[in-house]
Amino acid sequence: MNSVILKSPIFFIMTKLLEWLLVVSLVAVAWGLVTFDLLGLHVSAVYKEVAWPMPVYLLVAFGCYSLAAVGYRVATFNDCEDAARELQSQIQEAKEDLKKKGLKM
Amino acid sequence: MASCKSSKKKTPEETDKYSVLLPTYNERENLPLIVWLLVKYFGESGYNYEIIVIDDGSPDGTLQIAEQLQKIYGEDKIVLRPRAKKLGLGTAYIHGIKHATGNFIIIMDADLSHHPKFIPEFIKKQKEGGYDLVSGTRYRGDGGVYGWDLRRKLISRGANFITQVLLRPGASDLTGSFRLYKKEVLEHLVAHCVSKGYVFQMEMIVRARQLGYTIGEVPISFVDRVYGESKLGGNEIVSFLKGLLTLFATT
Ligand SMILES: Nc1nc2c(ncn2[C@@H]2O[C@H](COP(=O)(O)OP(=O)(O)O)[C@@H](O)[C@H]2O)c(=O)[nH]1
Ligand SMILES: [Mg+2]
Repeated sequence: MNSVILKSPIFFIMTKLLEWLLVVSLVAVAWGLVTFDLLGLHVSAVYKEVAWPMPVYLLVAFGCYSLAAVGYRVATFNDCEDAARELQSQIQEAKEDLKKKGLKM
Repeated sequence: MASCKSSKKKTPEETDKYSVLLPTYNERENLPLIVWLLVKYFGESGYNYEIIVIDDGSPDGTLQIAEQLQKIYGEDKIVLRPRAKKLGLGTAYIHGIKHATGNFIIIMDADLSHHPKFIPEFIKKQKEGGYDLVSGTRYRGDGGVYGWDLRRKLISRGANFITQVLLRPGASDLTGSFRLYKKEVLEHLVAHCVSKGYVFQMEMIVRARQLGYTIGEVPISFVDRVYGESKLGGNEIVSFLKGLLTLFATT
């Protein structure tokens, strides 16, 4: 559902900044409606209690996810030892061949 | 039958030509090596190509080396389009595109951190999906780096994560600059991009997605330069953040 909204024409002409503002304000409004019962719908107290600290939970969850994702990706960032070795030997080969072809450094 | 099929596979479409843009500034040690590698891999794969060297009046005599290389490999393969003084990377590309005769353009650094062995993979990928551009990526699959310490890896991955979250660019490596473009696509993108220097590469791929172009990716190994020194250096983190925020607000 999310991606359908994000692909709609209005998002095409919006900058990323406006997209973020729109999504954040939609979430904020939904949160306000439930937590403070702004429309007077007599939202049950249970829902209110769950919704009230929700922004903090979301932020903490996102922070944890970010740390875990970046940490994992740093740990699994490939060290291309083989590529470096291959390049070194090709550099030697190239230098010899270029000398033969008459290149003066 | 079988032999007919395999020979057909080996012969690339004769109409396709690949122009490699090599901007250089003080790369006298690297230029002969990168050219040698390009000739090697293009020779092996049989694609039609030219190498356009855009030297910005390097004081170390890069241009003289380039002239020697032109004599060795021929004027049809090595094209020299020098400029009198250092005018920056972005305009070097624009200058190079004007002189390119290929229908595809490959942009890469001349400092050996981008290995020509990946070019045949870029071309294959492009043909597979008919992509408008193919970007090398250090962040996916077998891609990676060599010569980076933990701090640099952390900064790189962190910056990439933030970029992915904020811009959702649909490409995994925005700051890498090893890419293959359809010529008209590159011309169109260059006309749409406003930023300079470091941010230019990021903007190109973000705009590409925004304009509806298709992007293919090929994992690459990025080996830190062996000879000479980086010119873009400066404060990379500050220019990255500035670029990111600019793109966040304008694309
Ligand atoms: N023509 C031209 N080439 C440049 C200029 N600045 C950098 N380059 C070249 O652009 C490529 C990338 O530059 P480099 O210093 O390696 O940047 P880094 O990889 O981001 O550190 C190299 O091939 C440089 O020689 C410039 O002002 N003019
Ligand atoms: Mg470099």
